[in-house]
Amino acid sequence: MAADAESAGHRAEPPWLVLANLSKSYGPVNALIDFSMTVARGEVIGIIGENGAGKSTLMKILGGVVAPDAGTLTVDGTPHSGFTVADSMGAGIAFVHQELNLFDNLDVAANVLIGREKRQGGFLNLLDRRAQRDAVAPLLRRVGANFAPNTPVSSLSIAQCQMVEIAKALSVDARLVILDEPTSSLPLAETDKLLDVIADLKRSGIAVIFITHRLHEIERAADRVVALRDGRLAGHLSRAEITHDAMVKLMIGRDLKLDEARSNRPVGDIVLSARGIRTPSRPAAPVDLDLRAGEILGLAGLVGAGRTELARVFFGIDKPLGGSLSLRGQPLRLKTTTDAVKQGIFLVPEDRKLNGVLLDLPISENISLPNLPAHARRSLVSRALENRTAETQRKNLAIKADRLATPARSLSGGNQQKVVLAKWLAMTPSVMIFDEPTRGIDIGAKAEIYRLMRGLAEQGVAILMISSDMEEVIGASDRIAVMHEGAIAGYLDRPDFSEENVLLLAVGKQMNHTAAA
Amino acid sequence: MNKKDLGLLILIVVVGIVVATLNPRFLLPINISNTANLVGLFGLSAIGQSIVIITGGIELSVGSAIALVGVLFVDFVANEGVPWPVALVLMIALGTLLGLIHGLLITKLKLQPFIVTLCGLLIYRGIARFYTQDGTAGFGFGQNFPALNWLTVGRSHGVPHSFVAMLIVAIIMWVVLHRSVFGRYLFAVGKNEEAARYSGIRTGLVIIWAYVICQILTAIAAIYFAMYTSSITPASQGNFYELYAIAAAVLGGFSLRGGEGSIVGVVLGVVLLQELQNLVNLLGIPSSLNFAVMGGVILIGITVDQQWGNVRAKFLPRKAA
Repeated sequence: MAADAESAGHRAEPPWLVLANLSKSYGPVNALIDFSMTVARGEVIGIIGENGAGKSTLMKILGGVVAPDAGTLTVDGTPHSGFTVADSMGAGIAFVHQELNLFDNLDVAANVLIGREKRQGGFLNLLDRRAQRDAVAPLLRRVGANFAPNTPVSSLSIAQCQMVEIAKALSVDARLVILDEPTSSLPLAETDKLLDVIADLKRSGIAVIFITHRLHEIERAADRVVALRDGRLAGHLSRAEITHDAMVKLMIGRDLKLDEARSNRPVGDIVLSARGIRTPSRPAAPVDLDLRAGEILGLAGLVGAGRTELARVFFGIDKPLGGSLSLRGQPLRLKTTTDAVKQGIFLVPEDRKLNGVLLDLPISENISLPNLPAHARRSLVSRALENRTAETQRKNLAIKADRLATPARSLSGGNQQKVVLAKWLAMTPSVMIFDEPTRGIDIGAKAEIYRLMRGLAEQGVAILMISSDMEEVIGASDRIAVMHEGAIAGYLDRPDFSEENVLLLAVGKQMNHTAAA
Repeated sequence: MNKKDLGLLILIVVVGIVVATLNPRFLLPINISNTANLVGLFGLSAIGQSIVIITGGIELSVGSAIALVGVLFVDFVANEGVPWPVALVLMIALGTLLGLIHGLLITKLKLQPFIVTLCGLLIYRGIARFYTQDGTAGFGFGQNFPALNWLTVGRSHGVPHSFVAMLIVAIIMWVVLHRSVFGRYLFAVGKNEEAARYSGIRTGLVIIWAYVICQILTAIAAIYFAMYTSSITPASQGNFYELYAIAAAVLGGFSLRGGEGSIVGVVLGVVLLQELQNLVNLLGIPSSLNFAVMGGVILIGITVDQQWGNVRAKFLPRKAA
């Protein structure tokens, strides 16, 4: 791939899209300052930057949704002063968004051709389903999809949905496909597939802009990297210069070590113990799991391996079909989440916006919500008590918010995640379950979250961390459990930590050197 | 009182001034007193409805429940010789039971609130009509219950006691909704039930309580309506009253998606609706146009409110985060 990248790199082709000196501010906030870049045929550009660095503003300008205050976009030598949505589409720029925009009540062909349906003509001008299928089938083959055009989108995995989105981009003859955090919700194996698709797009002369927090994938796929910091161009990296450390340095302007020194603390007693737990989605695979005080147990596995389902059982959302739980040796029966919260078992859910925070409620009310009776006198809520708790948590977690009365919606992803953490840390956790704790969070906030997790573990909290991010699993865990098809495929201790071992267990094979199972 | 409530209050005053100018009888004490009575009656059921709407649900059986509770109450008191305080307790128990059934069907069996309460609407109306063999339930000549009358249809210094009852309920429910832990849970569940559950709230219980409170208030309203009409035709008593209640809540700033609204708003919504009814009567508009006027005003009101939001957003853009 490296040779490939050199031959089709940006030096070989003149750029057809030139962004020059773009600036955009929202009131006093400068979202983008004097930013320039070029895009040539068939090059893969990784764009990196922390949240708030100006990536989304740049994308909105490219999509014609937002007009820059200054600067020009030049397409094929023609400068545009006002770059509209129509101009963007005319230039062949297509987006694959982080939150997929598919209609899951329709089939694949209908989604790819939405708004541009094939018709039969005539008086009724009905939908021509056969023509739709015939038009979409070759596109699906190109993106390496193994499903038919008439497959309902509801039955597809997230990775397959992304293929549909890319097929949609191809169907409009895109010259530039912009992938916004395409791998953040992908399991390991499917990420490879996506990277293959990117390589294929590249071969057929389509440029790709690839935005991600997963630097590992940029290392693998990008021809060059453009880094943004505080709205400015922080630097370029050519293919040869792309390394993890170099990217991190550009993004945050300093060196940063993700995994801080792990102390060799003696591991504590078993806090939460599961025996023969069978979840509704994987009834045939009983799970035994012990979680000890003061450890961070990483729970790895492919998406759909049953990790979130297990977490839901531990938090009292779903009832297990069988098996038993115990907390510090005492039998634990969870009828509702309320029971789990009472026992100090807290969950930081995977989908922050759907399950983690109430976006329209003020930050302070989000934080007090799980423990509201403690913030009330004679069951009337005391704003003063609520604000006191929220203020303490804001200080402890460094939540960046002007006012605690503003809705959680106004916060960045990382700060919303801190609000979720705050609501639990304001109580006394004994077991904390983190489900994909840093998904979609910028690298600075990530490090803070790891620090907080480590701090909790040192206080003796038992931590279960579900993660599909390899760096995270290996960097932050004391011990790793890998799930495969609903069951625990094996445990890894420190010396055995490697991406390879995790992957092998995740796909149901044996580990390499030690023969543990 | 928030800005939305203030806007509604201004609208009520402006409409009042217009009507009073066109027909000074609008301001006669007896007219105001009668309107206040209707505000009290409809307000009781609308406050109940609004508690359900806060959770993102809806309660369509209110009108039929008013008919069912009404005929049972009058029959028990007038014909069966049940002491009225006992009948009152029985009716509140019945309301609790109906609310409990609705809440359980919605939370445990995951049925949609619209469907559950629509079936309630049909079932309770049917039972009410069957119970009286489609006849009219009423008090006999010479039957008199002074204390009950005083509580329900009595007036002090021209202030109808139904209005006073509504105010008392409104104050209690204001505290419950806007100041209590339970009220906060109602808003949280209405805004995002899943997130509330992930915060350790027993969302099912909160929703069940909302329907129970709604039906209890409906039962109280039913007794007030029954005493007000004094004879009850089960085929027509309470017809469409659920829609009045929903309309009042929507006018008062409630979102049918849940999680938004205030008690002050719903009470003002009821006041505006009754003012419109009164307007139709006083301005000589054919009473057959009653519904059309009400529907038109609600539509215009909601549209203006919505567009006003857009206009504000356009000219006062929020600062980018």
